[in-house]
Amino acid sequence: MSTQVLMPALSPTMTEGKLAKWHVKVGDEVKSGQVICEIETDKATMEVEAVDEGTVAKILVEEGTEGVAVNTPICVLAGEGESAADAETPAPAAKADAPKAEAAKVEEKPKADTPTVAPAVAAPAPEPEWKGGTQHITVREALREAMAAEMRADKAVFLMGEEVAQYQGAYKVSQGLLDEFGAKRVIDTPITEHGFAGLGVGAAFGGLKPIVEFMTFNFAMQAIDQIINSAAKTHYMSGGQMTCPIVFRGPNGAASRVAAQHSQCYASWYAHVPGLRVLAPWSAADAKGLLRAAIRDPNPVIFLENEILYGQSFDVPEDPDFVLPIGKAKIERAGKDVTIVAFSIMVGKALQAAEELAKLGIDAEVINLRSLRPFDTETIVESVKKTNRLVSCEEGWPFAGIGAELSALMMEHAFDWLDAPVKRVAGLDVPLPYAANLEKMALPQSSNIVEAARAVCNR
Amino acid sequence: MAKPATKPKDDPSPAKAKSPPNLGDNSISPDELKAHYRDMLLIRRFEERAGQLYGMGLIGGFCHLYIGQEAVVVGMQANVRDKDAVITSYRDHGHMLACGMDPKGVMAELTGRSGGYSKGKGGSMHMFSREKSFYGGHGIVGAQVPIGTGLAFAHKYNGDQNVSLTYFGDGSANQGQVYEAMNMAALWKLPVVYIIENNRYGMGTSVERASATTELYRHGEAFGIPGERVDGMDVLAVRAAGEKAIEHARSGQGPYILEMQTYRYRGHSMSDPAKYRTKEEVDKFRNERDPIEHIRKRLLDAKIVDEAGLKAVDTEIRKIVNDAAEFSQHSPEPDPSELWTDILVEA
Repeated sequence: MSTQVLMPALSPTMTEGKLAKWHVKVGDEVKSGQVICEIETDKATMEVEAVDEGTVAKILVEEGTEGVAVNTPICVLAGEGESAADAETPAPAAKADAPKAEAAKVEEKPKADTPTVAPAVAAPAPEPEWKGGTQHITVREALREAMAAEMRADKAVFLMGEEVAQYQGAYKVSQGLLDEFGAKRVIDTPITEHGFAGLGVGAAFGGLKPIVEFMTFNFAMQAIDQIINSAAKTHYMSGGQMTCPIVFRGPNGAASRVAAQHSQCYASWYAHVPGLRVLAPWSAADAKGLLRAAIRDPNPVIFLENEILYGQSFDVPEDPDFVLPIGKAKIERAGKDVTIVAFSIMVGKALQAAEELAKLGIDAEVINLRSLRPFDTETIVESVKKTNRLVSCEEGWPFAGIGAELSALMMEHAFDWLDAPVKRVAGLDVPLPYAANLEKMALPQSSNIVEAARAVCNR
Repeated sequence: MAKPATKPKDDPSPAKAKSPPNLGDNSISPDELKAHYRDMLLIRRFEERAGQLYGMGLIGGFCHLYIGQEAVVVGMQANVRDKDAVITSYRDHGHMLACGMDPKGVMAELTGRSGGYSKGKGGSMHMFSREKSFYGGHGIVGAQVPIGTGLAFAHKYNGDQNVSLTYFGDGSANQGQVYEAMNMAALWKLPVVYIIENNRYGMGTSVERASATTELYRHGEAFGIPGERVDGMDVLAVRAAGEKAIEHARSGQGPYILEMQTYRYRGHSMSDPAKYRTKEEVDKFRNERDPIEHIRKRLLDAKIVDEAGLKAVDTEIRKIVNDAAEFSQHSPEPDPSELWTDILVEA
């Protein structure tokens, strides 16, 4: 059985090259791995090694020949003493050959799901009625209760981050958790976000359910490679074998007077990435219900909190089973004239604006997104069908922001229902300034929402 | 763990049955030595074939071959337990084979077919096997080091006595996240062995041009991590060093660094003509230090196997590799529906 040696491609883009030199001649015995010739392209010279053993029977392309197309036979090796199995090896298929179907499978290949179209985001079940009364607690307490409840329920859940244990949390979110759960499960890290985010991802690959607290999301930029390349993409890249049940949480967006490096909204950064879930609670009920859902979710979840909201109090159901669905927006205030969509701290500002608008005779509907990925387009479209007008609110920059996405979604799903162009209220397109007056100007206020709503209503 | 010599089963050499051959290392049995030879040869032949398929356009994108470095992973794997985690960079084909992953599934992933370990969605740099405790295959230089440290964290958290073998190259040895991870590993006494595969070049830049101190085994000194430099071309030296390092980690003493001095014969990836080093340098390693040739000679000298026995190993490997290549060309491309699967785990 003889084997043809083909002109190899040195790179995915190479189509032809020069056969610069032969290192063997007819009659030579060739071993696997032995250099048989040199190939030259405009970019490089490379040695070609034999893969098969045998004797050089024929040289088909003389050295010095230019423009030899990839996959042209360049020499023939006569086999010696090859087994029957080898002899059955067919001539190598050329690049253009379509692969033939074969039923054989790798033994541990996981069972394949076979949806045929881009999956629509399945609508989560509506929120049930919660048992018992409510408690009036801060967002900070709600977050703590959520973590404590999930840590009690599942030993694989642990919390790590800077100052989360002995210091009781830089913003006191984790206060008391070290006492209850001990140093094994509430872990102070060094100030090395890239390292501990990656370590958390590894722990999640290893079967644990880490909650990684970033002191603020500004510092998570150091870790974003691990969040996106390792946490978000590995499930897909492994064909579904690897899972990464991890929550990255911490305050996002502007705090107060801490200037540009400590005051950025990362909502649109993370919402851009398939493989992540991105949640942004506003109220204490959001915080508790969504964080419990995030910890239970088998995927990587980005949980964007807000420092200014930590101390604000809201009613939260006392039901021990209270948890919120991921991917479902909440209509915080029903209205018929204009839809105002907001998330995180902007929900409060939107509600304030709605009160102002009511005085002007404009009845605004306020939607709290809660989840940015998946995005509850359906709830917004239903609202726009009723109000025919939409204002989007976010603290982050407008360009390529959540409002930009919302506008595009309305073009696709609600164009015929809109009586006015969508209006965006967003942070100004500048690094956030330190000076009190400038900071206030740069951040969207409820008065900006009022103006925008009046503009889309022509009032 | 290295075991005392056991009775060989299929050894054609009659000499050995009476008096054990002198292998210079009492902890290695003739069978084990032969197995190491076989495992290294499998990686070599597999990689040569992968290079060929790449040349034919059947493998796309980046393809980083392990040829020359076989002794490192084979020597280390001789010491592992079933659930010890293994993680490495994108030069990962050898590690997968050494972990016992099916060559067919690996080759089919290289060709982007549905029979590949990642259903064709990962490619050369991104393959995994939970069953074999192989955690990838990572395409970002250095990223696997904190992840491997996290796998060690999970082992410690679960108290299961398993360790994490975290491989990386000289090219990532100066990355920030590597030191962040080493610090936490030492601080928390995590059961991780860092194996630096120093093949002398991070792509085209030599260690001397990239690293202020070239004694990479000492790079954990700031954190009190012991380190050792090992002849990574000698599978037995690797195995002996690995045994000690793994025992250190397993017994709760924390991380350990092994710097494997090795060499890759091929370019950084298939499209690298490797102009940054001389042909003489490459030839010197190939001709004088080849890890497979070294063990082949030992096997013959100690009369553990004769030429016919080696030929039999060769034939067996050739068949495995041929079958893998065949499978990788005939396994179908992934169904279009796979485009939309495995993005999220549906709860």
